[in-house]
Amino acid sequence: MASSFPEEVLEHVFSFIQSDTDRNAISMVCKSWYEIERWCRRRIFVGNCYAVSPGMVIRRFPEVRSIELKGKPHFADFNLVPEGWGGYVSPWIVAMATAYPWLEEIRLKRMVITDESLELIAKSFKNFKVLVLSSCEGFSTDGLAAIAAHCRNLRELDLRESEVEDLSGHWLSHFPDTYTSLVSLNISCLVSEVSFSSLERLVSRCPNLRSLRLNRAVPVERLANLLLRAPQLAELGTGVYQAELRPDVYSNLAGALSGCKELKSLSGFWDAVPAYLPAVYSVCPGLTTLNLSYAAIQSQDLIKLLSQCQNLQRLWVLDYIEDDGLDTLAASCKDLRELRVFPSDPFGAEPNVSLTERGLVSVSEGCPKLQSVLYFCRQMSNNALMTIARNKPNFTCFRLCIIEPRTPDYVTNQPLDAGFGAIVEHCKDLRRLSVSGLLTDRAFEYIGTYAKKLEMLSLAFAGDSDLGLHHVLSGCDNLRKLEIRDCPFGDKALLANAAKLETMRSLWMSSCMVSYGACKLLGQKMPRLNVEVIDEREPPDTRSESSPVEKLYIYRSVAGPRRDMPDFVWTMDKHSALRLS
Amino acid sequence: MEGSSRREEVCPQLLDLIPQNREWLVNRDKERSHGSSEEKKLELRLGPPGQDWPLKGNNRERDESLLSLGYFSPMASGTHNTSNINNSGNQGSVLSFSPWSSSGKFQQQQGKAPTTSFLQSLPVAKEGSQPCCPTKVVDLQNAEKKAFSPAATPSPAPPAGTAVPNSSQKRTAPAPVVGWPPIRSFRKNLASTSSSSKPSTESQSHIQNKIPGEKKPLETIRKGLFVKINMDGVPIGRKVDLKAFDSYEKLSSAVDELFRGLLAAQRDSSAQGIQNNQEEEKAITGLLDGSGEYTLVYEDNEGDRMLVGDVPWHMFVSTVKRLRVLKSSELSALSLVSSKQDQMRLDSSLK
Repeated sequence: MASSFPEEVLEHVFSFIQSDTDRNAISMVCKSWYEIERWCRRRIFVGNCYAVSPGMVIRRFPEVRSIELKGKPHFADFNLVPEGWGGYVSPWIVAMATAYPWLEEIRLKRMVITDESLELIAKSFKNFKVLVLSSCEGFSTDGLAAIAAHCRNLRELDLRESEVEDLSGHWLSHFPDTYTSLVSLNISCLVSEVSFSSLERLVSRCPNLRSLRLNRAVPVERLANLLLRAPQLAELGTGVYQAELRPDVYSNLAGALSGCKELKSLSGFWDAVPAYLPAVYSVCPGLTTLNLSYAAIQSQDLIKLLSQCQNLQRLWVLDYIEDDGLDTLAASCKDLRELRVFPSDPFGAEPNVSLTERGLVSVSEGCPKLQSVLYFCRQMSNNALMTIARNKPNFTCFRLCIIEPRTPDYVTNQPLDAGFGAIVEHCKDLRRLSVSGLLTDRAFEYIGTYAKKLEMLSLAFAGDSDLGLHHVLSGCDNLRKLEIRDCPFGDKALLANAAKLETMRSLWMSSCMVSYGACKLLGQKMPRLNVEVIDEREPPDTRSESSPVEKLYIYRSVAGPRRDMPDFVWTMDKHSALRLS
Repeated sequence: MEGSSRREEVCPQLLDLIPQNREWLVNRDKERSHGSSEEKKLELRLGPPGQDWPLKGNNRERDESLLSLGYFSPMASGTHNTSNINNSGNQGSVLSFSPWSSSGKFQQQQGKAPTTSFLQSLPVAKEGSQPCCPTKVVDLQNAEKKAFSPAATPSPAPPAGTAVPNSSQKRTAPAPVVGWPPIRSFRKNLASTSSSSKPSTESQSHIQNKIPGEKKPLETIRKGLFVKINMDGVPIGRKVDLKAFDSYEKLSSAVDELFRGLLAAQRDSSAQGIQNNQEEEKAITGLLDGSGEYTLVYEDNEGDRMLVGDVPWHMFVSTVKRLRVLKSSELSALSLVSSKQDQMRLDSSLK
């Protein structure tokens, strides 16, 4: 059938197919489709940089324009992955520098990228357009200066949540005066002051700038000036949103903001003071995204602000919003799709705000389109979870963190099994789930039974035996990422579901009960899995086979064991098994 | 061996390697077979968890002891549901929303189950969370104590049906466990700064009225303050919790503990073999006064490099962003203007 079409026709047809899974499916049809598809694949996503080697990717896809790579496990966000673990992007950049001279986009997440790699990017790719470094580290403002100086067609530079060594704020001045193509700039993670004059000139000469996210060091007095130069902005991240109240500063800011007719997204608001909040009221009706998660604004002020934002779809906020604020949200933001509530005092012994399960229940009742939730709180009940589940059967993401581990239903003192059971039973489209509170294996039985579309599951301080993990691994057919900490899950469940691991991207287990012997066995018998034991104390083979490993990271790979492991990571391949036994 | 492992690669049946688990394997095969999988699930749903695991027989305990996985005590599967389920009287009503609520067996199981605290059933997991580097141990030991103290385990269940707001259940602070609650480090820093800049006072009193008996957590007492620390010649960085120290001297000896072994190993492996590194280890001293081989410097919140020890400890703690142990020789090569009024700016020269 393929032969009845000229290749060019098929290639043209394929070009309309964007989704990675569809593309993968196409390449499985027959040899000739595989060939045609691989030559016209422009965009690739590698969910684990160690799952495949750069050489293999380049051989199969010679014409890539855009690559997205992910490095460290997600738990690295919470300090569970030791410093120096890996996730170095440089082998990729080096390989692509010669293979993909027309590469336009690089998106990295949780990877280590050096200034040398940034310089190589700046020099190698003539038409480079997009650099997104999300939660990355290892580079400094010198590397950014190289990007600024050489990438004439750069459209997007996004450093979200990266850890940049901040040598100086002058890197921005390296954008040449002829450079005008910037569309999106996110420097919110930088600490030091950028050069304001460079920033102002850059903003005023880039007519297509749509998204500007400043860092905390940009004072509120400077904001008006920037906004006047870029009234076309759709997304704005302010700097520090605090100053002595001066009528001129306030009115300049309010005036400049009201001139930004297309603003859809606001963030920043570091250290925000209530007095300056009304300056944004004029743009509130147009907002779809509001990130106040850096703003220690109290409930009453948030209520005033949110009641102006009728078209809000996404809200990130600290728990200062309290139940009352969430009631307002439920009443006024009928279009809300995503809510994240972060704790303002996660380590305090006692609640510092009045935020309970009530707020979440109320939003689940009031916002019919809600589908994604991240909620930190200190008390929860099965009743509340069941109500939420019945109200919101279209959740795709439900992440609930009850701050104190193993907290039972505060009304009945029961485990929260039934509540989370109701969530997975009702929310058929759930893709991502994080559970917390007191949970027995029963909760995992529900998850295995009902969460058939679940792709990512995070567990902590839960379950009571191997059975719990077995339910999840044997039941969740679509599971791709599973991360577990401090759960009494061990060898039996893991070994019994070894074949399942090959269908998943990765499994993280720390402070669980998997023995070193089981890790060795897995590594030995499953050649397509990289089984890495992480132990910062001592080599695991100095202890007995049956002693549990500190941290375990298992992922499938067609590239074999990685070669850049630090001395606290041991890979359990065939050789190591022979060596150690 | 070679032949058999090849066979297994085709269809991994690792349980073959654990002959004691034969019955369970059979069980699993049945589960896999098409027709019975639904039945199996139904069974799992109605039966008490644990009873049909790991095998359907009654000889579970014998089987587990054969596994020789030391920590697999028979308790491990028997103690679930026990920690806080003392009031099964209320359970039916709570669970009655769900189709799986009325499981008589489930409750029976609870009744029989010994009331061991949940934490006691996972000693190994606790051990497993101990880190290696001494500095973190300081922090963690603290955590462990708390985790094992009775107050940190969920308090005994109050009589069913009486709603007890969390705030009145007197608890100690949540034990500072690394990575919990799951908040990124930049948010932690934010929390410390925002709670200091937060004090819109009427709101606070307003909160206090709402939650009776609540003490205002005044400042960041138990909060860890982790900063990164790197050392010249050691590729692996570390993090230290500055809240675990109260003086420069303690910090300095912690740095010694952190890096002494690593440094020795580093020197060794670059010279020859990793043997004997115990003997090779020598203390890292003189970090603060420039008298030793290494000097401790830090990067403050403005991005400036400063010598550790020049400002009062609390001022240091409130401004430090990152620590670095530099070779003193490289430091003295720079013309340093060390004075307390004039901040030393080494940034450009030290990169």
